[in-house]
Amino acid sequence: MEKTRPLWANPLQFVFACISYSVGLGNVWRFPYLCQMYGGGVASVVVSFFLSMYYNVINAWGFWYLFHSFQDPLPWSVCPLNSNHTGYDEECEKATSTQYFWYRKTLNISPSIQENGGVQWEPALCLILAWLMVYLCILRGTESTGKVVYFTALLPYCVLIIYLVRGLTLHGATNGLAYMFTPKLEQLANPRAWINAATQIFFSLGLGFGSLIAFASYNEPSNNCQRHAIIVSLINSFTSIFASIVTFSIYGFKATFNYENCLRKVILLLTNSFDLEDGFLTASNLEQVKTYLASTYPSKYSEVFPQIKNCSLESELNTAVQGTGLAFIVYTEAIKNMEVSQLWSVLYFFMLLMLGIGSMLGNTAAILTPLTDSKVISSHLPKEAISGLLCLISCAVGLVFTMDSGNYWFDIFNDYAATLSLLLIVLVETIAICYVYGLRRFESDLQSMTGRSLNWYWKVMWAGVSPLLIVSLFIFYLSDYFLMGTLQYQAWDASQGQLVTKDYPTYVLVFIGLLVASSTMCIPLVALGTFVMRHQRGDTAPLA
Amino acid sequence: MLWPLFFLVTAIHAELCQPADAENAFKVRLSIKTALGDKAYAWDTNEEYLFKAMVAFSMRKVPNRETTEISHVLLCNVTQRVSFWFVVTDPSKKYTLPAMEVQSAIRMSRNRINNAFFLNDQTLEFLKIPSTLAPPSDPAVPIWIIVFGVIFCIVIVAITVLILSGIRQHRRNNDGPSEVEDAEDKCETTITVENGIPCDPLDTKDGCLNDAFVTEGERLTPL
Repeated sequence: MEKTRPLWANPLQFVFACISYSVGLGNVWRFPYLCQMYGGGVASVVVSFFLSMYYNVINAWGFWYLFHSFQDPLPWSVCPLNSNHTGYDEECEKATSTQYFWYRKTLNISPSIQENGGVQWEPALCLILAWLMVYLCILRGTESTGKVVYFTALLPYCVLIIYLVRGLTLHGATNGLAYMFTPKLEQLANPRAWINAATQIFFSLGLGFGSLIAFASYNEPSNNCQRHAIIVSLINSFTSIFASIVTFSIYGFKATFNYENCLRKVILLLTNSFDLEDGFLTASNLEQVKTYLASTYPSKYSEVFPQIKNCSLESELNTAVQGTGLAFIVYTEAIKNMEVSQLWSVLYFFMLLMLGIGSMLGNTAAILTPLTDSKVISSHLPKEAISGLLCLISCAVGLVFTMDSGNYWFDIFNDYAATLSLLLIVLVETIAICYVYGLRRFESDLQSMTGRSLNWYWKVMWAGVSPLLIVSLFIFYLSDYFLMGTLQYQAWDASQGQLVTKDYPTYVLVFIGLLVASSTMCIPLVALGTFVMRHQRGDTAPLA
Repeated sequence: MLWPLFFLVTAIHAELCQPADAENAFKVRLSIKTALGDKAYAWDTNEEYLFKAMVAFSMRKVPNRETTEISHVLLCNVTQRVSFWFVVTDPSKKYTLPAMEVQSAIRMSRNRINNAFFLNDQTLEFLKIPSTLAPPSDPAVPIWIIVFGVIFCIVIVAITVLILSGIRQHRRNNDGPSEVEDAEDKCETTITVENGIPCDPLDTKDGCLNDAFVTEGERLTPL
């Protein structure tokens, strides 16, 4: 008796799974960054495998911050004291306390990628916990994943709404929002803006990872996939914009806070140097008083002048950070200045974890579905054991990212493991379905499954516009890689308390090449292999 | 006749309390408006008297200096900021006390002095006297490990429960189909009895699998 394929309990679960998967960390950190700067079969699995290896490290960091949010005061809001208790730790003084907590306490980062250090036990523990969580959710297949995704899809929205209300009522939030909505027209003409937007959508919707295919394979055939496709895309875009509003109000708050701090320091400096009455200098009369002092006490003013910083709200808003920096440095810096910061911190990192785990479920589904579908493996091992083995292997490899230089390797995976290969995979998928399998055949399949005919919009898009767009993106990316020359990375310098640019050593460049090649070469290799096998068998059956 | 003496005394006072030059003088800076806002008090001679009293009080806590009087503390160069210099003289009022003594005395009673004026280390500054920063409280077991341990245990328990129930279900499923695959006549599940007449066993939900036809079917209709 054949075991029926597990199905989603109701179509809502499928939609939520897709939303939960696509509404990931990318919406929270990548899209707002891009807004600020300018007014993506065997290959999929390989890319998904790379992704799952390094993505869960983010969840590990999320757990780390979540556990540390239960302290008063928050550990990233104060600098630790130095050895003789007369002042603060030197590295923390040069950088900010949030940066210190991220680079020193969380990552314990080494000065360059060559210095490996050992595995830190604290992040390693958090990574193991993160993988156990993921294992718990995928243990039972769609049965358990289906229930978990209700949670992982809806809870982040609740938290985002709470944060929206809190963010909009913060002092200085309007500055951030005004900044977000004023387009920088000259940037719209920059092709890089459009490339980054396209990459973001690819990543965000999780195309080419096979996760959507995996999720969809658990659907009933009569499922109205056209409607679901539109729903998921719209919700994903809406969420990105929604998250941007929240992010920018928090940006505005942080920038205004820092700007006012800067002004306060300048006022204090002037008051102390010229023995002016306390409270006489305010932000409004600062400029007038400065000119007055420059004229009346020129010599003294010229002594003090080099120390006076030019405070500007614009420059504070311009400090854009993306990716892990935004989530863990900028947000925590804004949170530590809010009242009841522990509550906001816990809420925020809980949401981040929900998003991350939702995306991880998609990734692992992409890998597990082909594995459990293949008769070879699933006849020997039950599904729990396969998932367990996958989690174990990924966890073991992920321990690399908990070493001292782990963050540098993480950035490599983040930048190179998926970008180019994704484009290629999606391109091949589109061409395969439209031209090799035949658009007409696909259309008739859809009609027989859903009972609805295909709208001309889809046909035009799939056959013409999308492949063109993807090919042009591909060309842009390649030309960008070749024009940049040798690749560089940002390393944390403890003595200066800031990031410095360094070149990658040769063995790292070789590794990057292998990484990109292994995912992109899979498609032609497998195609070649299949072609050779069929040629040997002399079978004339069409390609499935 | 007493006037020359008076002038002499004030002259000596003025010499003793000299800003910047005297090595035993300390500059003090107060930011009352910043600290208190609307509730700020004005700095007048009465407040200066209180300050002298607090300094004398701190000096009295030092061994050998228990006889310091308020008149031994001299203030000078009071500006609008509010800032001024002060020195502490010895009982004979001839020379000023060494800076180290005054510094250690002030450091010990810093909290009392701050509280007397409703200020803190940042708003009542003694330049050249560093404040001792309070070390952060370090609990014996870091809090994050406790939270981690709790969540870790919950997850492990949940995984074990799920795996065990999965194994049990698997075993039950294995026992079920293995009965069905035995001889055909063993495929009766529950025979419903209506009016004393047993209903047709083939009406049951799953039906019986006739092994004779299964393999034939697979050979003739490949997918």
